[in-house]
Amino acid sequence: MLEHLLAILAATLPAATPLLLAGLGELVVERTGVINLGVEGMMLIGAIAGFACAVETGLGAAAGLPAGALAGMAAALLFAVLALSLAASQAAVGLALTIFGIGLSAFIGQHYVSDSLPGLAPLSLPGFSAIPWLGPVLFHQDAMVYLSLCLFALVWWGLARTRLGLLLKAVGEAPEAAHAIGYRVVALRYGAVLFGGAMAGLAGAYLSTVYTPLWVQNMTAGRGWIAVALVVFASWRPARLLLGAYLFGGVTILQFHAQGLGLALPVQLLAALPYLATVVVLVLISRDRRALRLNLPASLGKPFLPG
Amino acid sequence: MSLLEPRPQPSQRMRWLAPPLAIVLTLLCGAILFALLGKSPAHALRVFFIDPLRSSYGWTELLLKAGPLILIAQGLAVGFRARIFNIGAEGQLIVGALCGGGVAILSQGSEAAWVLPAMVLAGGLGGALWGAIPAWLKTRFNAEETLTTLMLSYVAGFLLAYMVNGPWRDPDGMNFPQSVMFGDAALFPILLEGTRLNASIFIVLFAVLGFWLFNARSLLAYQLEVGGLAPAAARYAGFSAQRTVWLSLLLSGLTAGLAGVGEVAGPIGQLNLNLSPGYGYAAIIVAYLGRLHAGGMVLAGLLMALLYLGGESAQVALQTPAAITGLFQGLLLFFLLAADAFVDYRLRRRSRPAAAPTVEVTAHA
Repeated sequence: MLEHLLAILAATLPAATPLLLAGLGELVVERTGVINLGVEGMMLIGAIAGFACAVETGLGAAAGLPAGALAGMAAALLFAVLALSLAASQAAVGLALTIFGIGLSAFIGQHYVSDSLPGLAPLSLPGFSAIPWLGPVLFHQDAMVYLSLCLFALVWWGLARTRLGLLLKAVGEAPEAAHAIGYRVVALRYGAVLFGGAMAGLAGAYLSTVYTPLWVQNMTAGRGWIAVALVVFASWRPARLLLGAYLFGGVTILQFHAQGLGLALPVQLLAALPYLATVVVLVLISRDRRALRLNLPASLGKPFLPG
Repeated sequence: MSLLEPRPQPSQRMRWLAPPLAIVLTLLCGAILFALLGKSPAHALRVFFIDPLRSSYGWTELLLKAGPLILIAQGLAVGFRARIFNIGAEGQLIVGALCGGGVAILSQGSEAAWVLPAMVLAGGLGGALWGAIPAWLKTRFNAEETLTTLMLSYVAGFLLAYMVNGPWRDPDGMNFPQSVMFGDAALFPILLEGTRLNASIFIVLFAVLGFWLFNARSLLAYQLEVGGLAPAAARYAGFSAQRTVWLSLLLSGLTAGLAGVGEVAGPIGQLNLNLSPGYGYAAIIVAYLGRLHAGGMVLAGLLMALLYLGGESAQVALQTPAAITGLFQGLLLFFLLAADAFVDYRLRRRSRPAAAPTVEVTAHA
């Protein structure tokens, strides 16, 4: 039993990493008052760009991960032009980006269906990995697991403690006021959206070059949407997002360990668990309308064009 | 300083110009894409958009594919007008197909005349039920319908996978994840010998007419629209926001469920994992492209169906990947949204002519 739990714990960290990366990006975007529902599309574009680059250069994940982040950023730029400069409906543009991302990644991906990559070797943190039981589980992971935690710390610190973070939040709460005192609202939102794209692209590339190092059509399987839901679950706070991502990482891998835990449910129904869990947490969080409104960035989803 | 400035009034001309403009831009992009793939753009576009319609069989296939798209879009448009974004029609379609298909499987071997009507009923109800869940979650718990409808689509997909891998798997199907083939009593009658065009098209026609009348004539449709445009005004006038949510999701679930039955009791003839090539998502584009207008969505549905047929035709003739259809769909929606920006906004003019001197000049002239 303990062995199973440790195995689940060890597998939870990498499973949660793409959710954490994409979620952190979307969290920053939403704090500036913009909702980008295209996370799933940007992840897929990042996944195929990362995979293609990793295969073509022969450098593996080392080339794939930055390429994925760049591709995600390019996809986000498309969103930004339409939703921020042309003031199109953010929900509609995000949806379009997802449909486009599914199509584009499948289109490019057809050349890469039979390729596979070596992945990333786990990195042991000296000292820590010697801790009995938990050491090998928590401190013997691939480098991206650690990097995602560093990025989490960076976003948390950036939003809570820096001038830039304060500015981004001000833009999300009161874009008119921020504009009136001379801040460039649209430029700041562009920056946030591009950051969100890079994070989603990185998350996608992590899936295709490290987590399951091969290309499968639609391989993100809704993780982008779950990341969007996690931001709501987190009430737009990075620390809660971290918690949510690890919680969902655990639920995602539960299906592979169900038998060991003595759960005799059909595999398809276990696979549906993360999606059902997403619905449940959305309900739990949204139920309290007052708390939700208190945390919700005030200008979320509303277009802003400076006069 | 932004590039755009608001128009004094939304441009109705631009509203109807945007779809053809988006189509032209998508074609242009398509031509460039084909050129990059080393194909002659003119030839490729002909293969994509003309060749599928060269034969009468091609036209029946067009109607066959347009049917579910138009049907689902009609239902979605009710919600979109009221700003209720059901993006999980794919899941409602799957549950409709499961319920309708279930009737066929459980009544296997029966030649009774009630089988098909019962399937249609079960499918419509099943789709509506799958739409009722997010409606309940929204009205009771305030949960955002965009995310819940989509999550439930994934759940529906797994439910289908479970049923065709488990209880409803064809025992003689060599372990393929699919059900038995349905008998004749569980299939829509074919309308034209030698084609796949079947009587489910009448459901589509009926729905188009019904939704057109509903939108043009009923007070309820007006209330829904006001609820979307001006929620505060709608509340003041006593229009119920809860009813709007329920009606939008039940109607779009119903149409998606019916479309699901149309597929399994039509060209597919069984339950399997590929019973929809993403009709539920493509119908969202159809609804927007058709300007949420019953007739407009018929045209848009035909065009989107042509994209599916063209993708298949190009796959055979040009060896392009099948995914090219999805790429075109995405591009089309992007261009449409970009063009739509010019309904409410216009390009900012460099030097704004002052109002007063103009008046003076006209006065002197």
